[in-house]
Amino acid sequence: MRSIQYREALREALSEEMRKDPNIFLLGEEVAEYNGAYKVSQGMLDEFGAKRIIDTPIAELGFAGIGVGAAMNGLRPIVEFMTFNFSLVAIDQVINAAAKIYQMSGGQFNIPMVFRGPTGSAGQLGAQHSQAFENWYANCPGLKVVVPSNPYDAKGLLKSAILDNDPVIFMESEQMYGDKGEVPEEEYYLPIGKAVIKNEGTDVTIVSFGKIIKVVYQAAEQLAKDGISVEVIDLRTVRPIDYDTIIESVKKTNRLVIVEEAWPLASISSEITYMVQKNAFDYLDAPIRRVTTEDTPLGYAPTFVQAFLPSVDKVVKAVKSVMYR
Amino acid sequence: MPKFISFAVLRNNMVKTKFTKETYESWYEQMLLMRRFEEKSAQLYGQQKIKGFCHLYIGQEAVVAGTVSATRKDDRHITAYRDHAHAIALGIPSREVMAELFGKVTGCSKGKGGSMHMFSKEHNFFGGHGIVGGQIPLGAGIALADQYRGGDQVTICSFGDGAARQGALHETFNMAMLWKLPVIFIVENNGYAMGTSVERTTNVLDMSVIGAGYAMPSFVVDGMKPETVHEAIAEAVERARKGDGPTYLEIRTYRYRGHSMSDPAKYRTKEEVEDYKKKDPLEVVKTTMLKNKFADEKWFDEMETKIEAIINDSVEFAENSAWPEPEALWEDVYVQSDYPFIRE
Ligand SMILES: Cc1ncc(C[n+]2csc(CCOP(=O)(O)OP(=O)(O)O)c2C)c(N)n1
Ligand SMILES: [Mg+2]
Repeated sequence: MRSIQYREALREALSEEMRKDPNIFLLGEEVAEYNGAYKVSQGMLDEFGAKRIIDTPIAELGFAGIGVGAAMNGLRPIVEFMTFNFSLVAIDQVINAAAKIYQMSGGQFNIPMVFRGPTGSAGQLGAQHSQAFENWYANCPGLKVVVPSNPYDAKGLLKSAILDNDPVIFMESEQMYGDKGEVPEEEYYLPIGKAVIKNEGTDVTIVSFGKIIKVVYQAAEQLAKDGISVEVIDLRTVRPIDYDTIIESVKKTNRLVIVEEAWPLASISSEITYMVQKNAFDYLDAPIRRVTTEDTPLGYAPTFVQAFLPSVDKVVKAVKSVMYR
Repeated sequence: MPKFISFAVLRNNMVKTKFTKETYESWYEQMLLMRRFEEKSAQLYGQQKIKGFCHLYIGQEAVVAGTVSATRKDDRHITAYRDHAHAIALGIPSREVMAELFGKVTGCSKGKGGSMHMFSKEHNFFGGHGIVGGQIPLGAGIALADQYRGGDQVTICSFGDGAARQGALHETFNMAMLWKLPVIFIVENNGYAMGTSVERTTNVLDMSVIGAGYAMPSFVVDGMKPETVHEAIAEAVERARKGDGPTYLEIRTYRYRGHSMSDPAKYRTKEEVEDYKKKDPLEVVKTTMLKNKFADEKWFDEMETKIEAIINDSVEFAENSAWPEPEALWEDVYVQSDYPFIRE
């Protein structure tokens, strides 16, 4: 099968859907003439023209809200945030408008739109440019939150997100845009809300999502050498969460580690921990462990980046602790 | 009836003040330090000594030089992420700025901020901020505190042309005017926000008009000369100190380099860049100094040598400094020293 970059997979998803439905348009900073800050929309201005690939001023609150309004009136906007750090300028329109209007209007106005862009840390960028807000958005009813970890998932999930009739937060990563992976030529869609088992195993389940799952794969390889068989679940979506797949796996392995690039308090890992202890308490042979980022802002120096993020070592340690080894 | 201002006043950019030899010397020295410091930074970025985002101020030096000469040491300054020159001009030792770029513990933000987040309480530098426009309300708030305490300090709040499109600016301008806050808003209009030219973000090409919506005294200033910047700031400072409230200056300038180190800047022509380089603030000041016999070529040669030594010392200092300890990740997050962080 051919191999393409994550950013190309996203571009294909956008372009394929835009070719089919003239109501879909893309709007954000530097998406058109500059071909995207991270080159996701490269060439799309040429194909679709300035009416559908729209450069905005640096005015996130305004253009996010304009997107919501357009969605109320029958269009299917895709709003790009240059990074989700900047979505905080716009979060009022996401939470108070996009996520609420369908319910407030008694089901009259749905918001078929996508807010997308990179999330999480991307090297030494300092505290304001290194944040992961998956759990913030996932906390809010009315939204769906998708966090694909590879090109194949990115394409299939973005196509589904664009066709979804509810607002979808679609979170990518600066550090994944260049990643290559196999993506079929023919069109396909992946279901929002379904996790995938990436690595079958018998001793311990590791649940993760987004770019940090790469650390999990490395840890799993290392653990395999120690004779520990790891089952890796890629959530793909963090609202809704596919609890069934997690619980089924835990019933088999009896041990769970959750790896997440986010601050620990009220995170996706805390939520999963609650649901697993509630629904599979008798199956657990050890307390659930998690590896998150540290409970601090991320500083610029490389020593901070290293200490802050989930690492192979931290994951291996957590797994060994649930294995009592 | 509120006073109606239909258009911003276009400043007559003819310089009226007679600036002294010392002022010119200090402008030149400061601007040369900023310029060489950043040229070195670009080189070090290429060598991966400096990481992350790194936005150079090269071309815009006259703005900060003229601002600093027209303000007092106890006045306050706040800007965006393009902040190396501000830090240097406000007197933070270039050693500490370079160490911050490296991410070393001896940096002015202890290696926590990096290029975008230089701070120095000692030098009244309220920082480099990374969210476009985020520093605009902060600047007004800093001014509010001085007004509140009855001080006569003035806050200089700088931001880019792109930042003028943020809602935060409009909310803040209104309140700052309403409450007559001692703040000077400077839009450093360098023509571009990343790859987007001003023309592509608005129909109102005269950015100074933005102030008129709030009846804020607004002026257009030539930002390629420290003289014009100094005069405009000096007038605005006087107004603010008297209690007459904010001023908004559209300072027209240009950045020679790309937006950040990763931007090839293909959205503009070579000619455009070359045209601005003809008005280079360092060259312009040098010509004036030579013409007025404030200095001779020898003085400029010696200045190069002096600055080169400072840069070399700064790099050496940064190289030889230690990284912050990983444990410092948990420091400076809360003032409360025993804050119970979640730790595995
Ligand atoms: C709220 C927000 N949106 C987007 C960005 C990404 N970004 C960083 S700088 C920049 C351009 C800003 O241009 P301008 O205000 O003109 O300042 P200049 O870089 O020219 O000094 C953009 C879009 C950001 N940092 N914050
Ligand atoms: Mg600009």
